[in-house]
Amino acid sequence: MAITDQDISLSASETLTHARRVDEQRKTRARWALLSPALILIGLFGLMPLSVTLVYSFLKPGSFGGVEWVFSLDAYVQFIAQRDIFDDTLSINWSYLSIFSRSIGLSLGATIGALILGFPTAYFIASKPADQRNFWLFLITLPFWTNLLIRTYAMLLIIRDQGVINTGLMSLGITEAPIEILYTDTAVFIGLIYSYLPFMVLPLYASLEKLDLRLIEAAYDLYASRFRVLTNVILPLAKPGIVAGCILVFIPGLGAYITPELLGGGKKLMIGNLIAIQFGSSRNWPFGSAAALILMAVVMVALLLYVRHSTKEGRSHG
Amino acid sequence: MTQQLNQMDAVSNLENNADEISAISAQRLVKTFGQGADKITALDNVSIEIRQNEFFTLLGPSGCGKTTLLRLIAGFELPDSGTVLLHGESIEHLPPHMRPVNTVFQSYALFPHVSVADNIGFGLRMLGWDKAKIATTVEKMLDMVRLSELANRRPDQLSGGQQQRVALARALAPQPRVLLLDEPLAALDLKLRKEMQIELKRLQDQTGITFVFVTHDQEEALTMSDRIAVMSAGRVLQVGRPKEIYDAPEHRFVADFIGAINLLPGQVKHRENGKLVVAIAGGSEVQLTDDGIQSDTLFVAVRPEKATLAKSGTGVLSGVVNNIVFFGSGTNIHVSLSDGVDFVVQTQGSETGLSMGDAVSVTFADSAAKILRN
Repeated sequence: MAITDQDISLSASETLTHARRVDEQRKTRARWALLSPALILIGLFGLMPLSVTLVYSFLKPGSFGGVEWVFSLDAYVQFIAQRDIFDDTLSINWSYLSIFSRSIGLSLGATIGALILGFPTAYFIASKPADQRNFWLFLITLPFWTNLLIRTYAMLLIIRDQGVINTGLMSLGITEAPIEILYTDTAVFIGLIYSYLPFMVLPLYASLEKLDLRLIEAAYDLYASRFRVLTNVILPLAKPGIVAGCILVFIPGLGAYITPELLGGGKKLMIGNLIAIQFGSSRNWPFGSAAALILMAVVMVALLLYVRHSTKEGRSHG
Repeated sequence: MTQQLNQMDAVSNLENNADEISAISAQRLVKTFGQGADKITALDNVSIEIRQNEFFTLLGPSGCGKTTLLRLIAGFELPDSGTVLLHGESIEHLPPHMRPVNTVFQSYALFPHVSVADNIGFGLRMLGWDKAKIATTVEKMLDMVRLSELANRRPDQLSGGQQQRVALARALAPQPRVLLLDEPLAALDLKLRKEMQIELKRLQDQTGITFVFVTHDQEEALTMSDRIAVMSAGRVLQVGRPKEIYDAPEHRFVADFIGAINLLPGQVKHRENGKLVVAIAGGSEVQLTDDGIQSDTLFVAVRPEKATLAKSGTGVLSGVVNNIVFFGSGTNIHVSLSDGVDFVVQTQGSETGLSMGDAVSVTFADSAAKILRN
């Protein structure tokens, strides 16, 4: 049988396709090999503890900590309801729900506070000449050089009754008696803003730095006042940074432990402290696990709703 | 003769219009940037009158101060001294958003987060027009720049030429007293640029708005403008209609920058009866009309298309052909003169019958030669 040109070119192209496929497979394998250390780490120390938490939340607490291997929904029920000792009827238990809502309120407040303080800061850095920006960014990250615990203790010394603020105000004659800040919600609120402000500034900076200053000039030229340049051009364009910053402040703020423990004096609980107590003095591991998972679920649902909303919005515009 | 008279009429009409209030009157503007040793004078005592409804071009190389002048008019920069009047009223105390002046930016600066229609309507919304009026105006503008089908697109889904037209429509929509255009065509390719030149001219006729156009492209300036101001190093060297600027440059820089020109260093031999006899380096003497020049050293300027080649030994200048450059509608012949100066003669067509190294003569009418001060 004669071999035609077509046959040759056909088999040549087949060989090429095959070679490409082999090459592709090798590349994929190499990628997985490079990924695997990180995946193993996440699996071992991320997913496994999470699974343990999930399993424990459906068990009964042991008398001296730990768990009894008996399936139970008590931990979840306990979070929202209480069982009457005498007739076993359930009624809503507000004590945990109120801690939960307090946490959301404080964290939301801190997020808004950090946004209001962080936006001008990020804008200031982004509008500096390129060679000076790194210096200012360095200053923003400087607090991370010291442990959060120590920084929180330092704050405690500043805002307590005999602290710098109160002695200063009193010596200036502005106030007679010290203003009580420490061990109040205000203290926790200030502490949260302080702790998480850099997490707001950095993503805001990242999106503001990309902002084309000529767009601001264009808006200004087209009769927009300074305020309307901000609301009509700068804020919409900085939206990705605003969202990222808010997520980065709100979520860790919601689960904050050290700040409410020290500045709230352990009296004003946030959900982080509640969970910690369950694994400590209360010795109710299943309840602690359930509370942690409820927190996680609420955050996840909120984020998913946001993602769905924003993709829909993006699609309708595009 | 009649034609000439008509032309004279047109000139005097233009001159009469000078009584009317200028659209823009810049007076003794000075603007410097930086301090100490790094100090740069962007505008050095610039005064300019831009008439109403004219297409006025600021032409010059980059760094000559043309964009700075535009930014002073828009309000993005404040002058160190001097004033800017818009239709006779001082505007220097007004921030950009209070000035009835709009800018078309070199980078277009379209808002990436809103549609084409919302970009065009931006200025109108900021002015607080009512919604129905905004909608009809936006529609009208879209129609004017022929982009009606793309109203709901985002700017990043448009080609460069389309973005350019959106930027134009956006700046024209609020019906500014003066439209400022900062090298708006620089980013477009040649063919599109030619189209947009015609489009811009059409829009200016249609709207009757005063256009102040900044460019470094002399050809663009000559084709589009009613009048041109040639700038260099922060100064305005000459203001005039394109023909004046081209035919009667008053300054060596202007002659050199606008079109191609041959500059021959010359020495005044003697003056008589309003004539100058000038010896051109390279041997020959030419007779030029005396315009009252004091100095004895000057430049004789001849446009390449005003010179012709002659048989060796018969013309004004003699030299050797050292390059033949064909450019489509004609050919440039570079002649190396005896003193080493390169002289370009432009001829029609592609066949010159010359080859490199041929000895030739260059000749031009005395009227084709202009005197430029050194």
